[in-house]
Amino acid sequence: MAVVDHAEAQARGTEPATGGNVLDVRDLRMRYGTKDVLTGVNFTAHPGEVVALLGPNGAGKTTTIEILEGFRMRSAGEVSVLGIDPAHGDENWRARLGVVLQSWRDHGKWKVRELLQHLGLYYAPYSTDRITRPWDADELVAAVGLTEHADKKISRLSGGQRRRLDVAIGIVGRPELLFLDEPTAGFDPEARREFHDLVHKLADADTTILLTTHDLDEAEKLADRILILAGGAIIADGSADELARKMSTEAEVKWTVDGQRFVHSTTDATEFVRQLFSEHDDQLSDLEVRRASLEDTYMAMVRQFESGKQEDAVREFEVVTR
Amino acid sequence: MTPTSAAVRAGFARGRAEIRQTLTNSQDLWNYLFPTLIFLVVMFFMRDSTVPGTTFSLGSRTLPSVIGMGIAFGGLVTLMMSLAVEREDGTLLRAKAVPNGMLGYLIGKIVTVSGMTVVAQTFVLIPSLFMLDGISMDWFTLIWVLALGLVATLPLGAVAGSLFSNPRNSGLIMLPVMGLVAISGIFYPISAMPEWVQGVAQVFPIYWLGLGMRSAMLPDGLSAVEIGESWRHLETLGVLGAWAVAGLVVAPMVLRRMARRESGSSVAERREKAMQRVT
Repeated sequence: MAVVDHAEAQARGTEPATGGNVLDVRDLRMRYGTKDVLTGVNFTAHPGEVVALLGPNGAGKTTTIEILEGFRMRSAGEVSVLGIDPAHGDENWRARLGVVLQSWRDHGKWKVRELLQHLGLYYAPYSTDRITRPWDADELVAAVGLTEHADKKISRLSGGQRRRLDVAIGIVGRPELLFLDEPTAGFDPEARREFHDLVHKLADADTTILLTTHDLDEAEKLADRILILAGGAIIADGSADELARKMSTEAEVKWTVDGQRFVHSTTDATEFVRQLFSEHDDQLSDLEVRRASLEDTYMAMVRQFESGKQEDAVREFEVVTR
Repeated sequence: MTPTSAAVRAGFARGRAEIRQTLTNSQDLWNYLFPTLIFLVVMFFMRDSTVPGTTFSLGSRTLPSVIGMGIAFGGLVTLMMSLAVEREDGTLLRAKAVPNGMLGYLIGKIVTVSGMTVVAQTFVLIPSLFMLDGISMDWFTLIWVLALGLVATLPLGAVAGSLFSNPRNSGLIMLPVMGLVAISGIFYPISAMPEWVQGVAQVFPIYWLGLGMRSAMLPDGLSAVEIGESWRHLETLGVLGAWAVAGLVVAPMVLRRMARRESGSSVAERREKAMQRVT
């Protein structure tokens, strides 16, 4: 696997990272004053993978992503982004990254296409045989669905359009790795769907993506792998499916016999139902088996986390997912 | 093309784009024209008064001083304000996220501010040449004082802009600047000031920019009312040059330190604060 990743990384014109990982984070710690925000974060990402960093507000998602972007110095731990420590990342390294910022009102007097063309100028010298930089402004405007607004002043864009422009700016240099911090905060459902399509397109083009979100639904839709960050560490790591299966320890079984309704909780629903059938056979009706969903478990953890019982929340969640 | 030269070229393109945006935006244009109008009116009413002890028009004597002050304001205040604002709104962070983006950003800013300063001073100069008598232009002196003046004041503006995290607080620095204008012989001859005040004024670039511009636009005879009864070109070169060197040494350090602290969350934090003030 590592060999394949290595070859792939070279084929895409990147320098091979250690073990073929685009991201490699080991025991990352961050302390503000006396408050430990990150107490030992560990994770990796392969080339082309879409990873969602999921967690309640205040869990340290933004801190983590800003350390990886090279915008914030860490307190301790080892971090490698595209094979380079972001604390010492040079402009060469920066040219291979895309950062989608939470924007506000910068460049309000610029026009959409004009700004994309301008920012593209900085990436032109970093073009390689495999990756042509920058992304052509017209194509890029079309890719994010802003063609009809290409000559509009940026200050006149709506919130959703503005966000799509932010993404366009993030990918104008055709990054090998893209960071998206809370990309859909404040989106309406329509804008959210369009944004998801855009992320899928980028992922298809082999861009590695790390996004943060506090929305499980979004993480499930977008990511190959979900990392749940809470209490300063990654407490769960896997695909949405894997996490759901891990958490499905308890299930609720409901059935009816002789017009009477029964409910029972069990850790082995299959075995329990088998017994029900052998006992009641065709008298059994209205059978329902419902597993606690990933969402139920996650939401319970978030509620506890936000009510201030952070340690309890993380401990309980870990027990469930073990 | 190397990455650095690409960023330098992008910076010049950025400056041109921003100048164009300013010149085609009525609000921005008004911000530049409004003070110009005030100065023109002031000089119009001063044109028949004379410099004490001479028959020379006070309005004509004031014109170069006002232009010198305008250059100092352009370099100091305009750059400081736009750095403070663009730090808050995330423009700087964006520059940081782009390879060599800070270099391009700074070059762009210098081109924009210098360009707009020249444009704004032209707005003052052209009508004045028709309105006032006795101006004798020495273009060579005008250009070197202008260029050196910008190099002396732009880094100071950059430093000041880096120190204020909130653009609304940067108004604080206007007070001392206005104070300096008052004692720098812009509207009122410096030789009438107490000697210690003259001493203070001669430390800062505003006095020397005013003096340099007077030497470029006024007949030589008028140097008699200046300190030392001379245009003191050598001293002008020395003081402005010293500020330029000091600024060029200090500014990159301060700017780097400020840029290092920029991150998405620091921009978000300032946005929160600004939103609270608005609502």
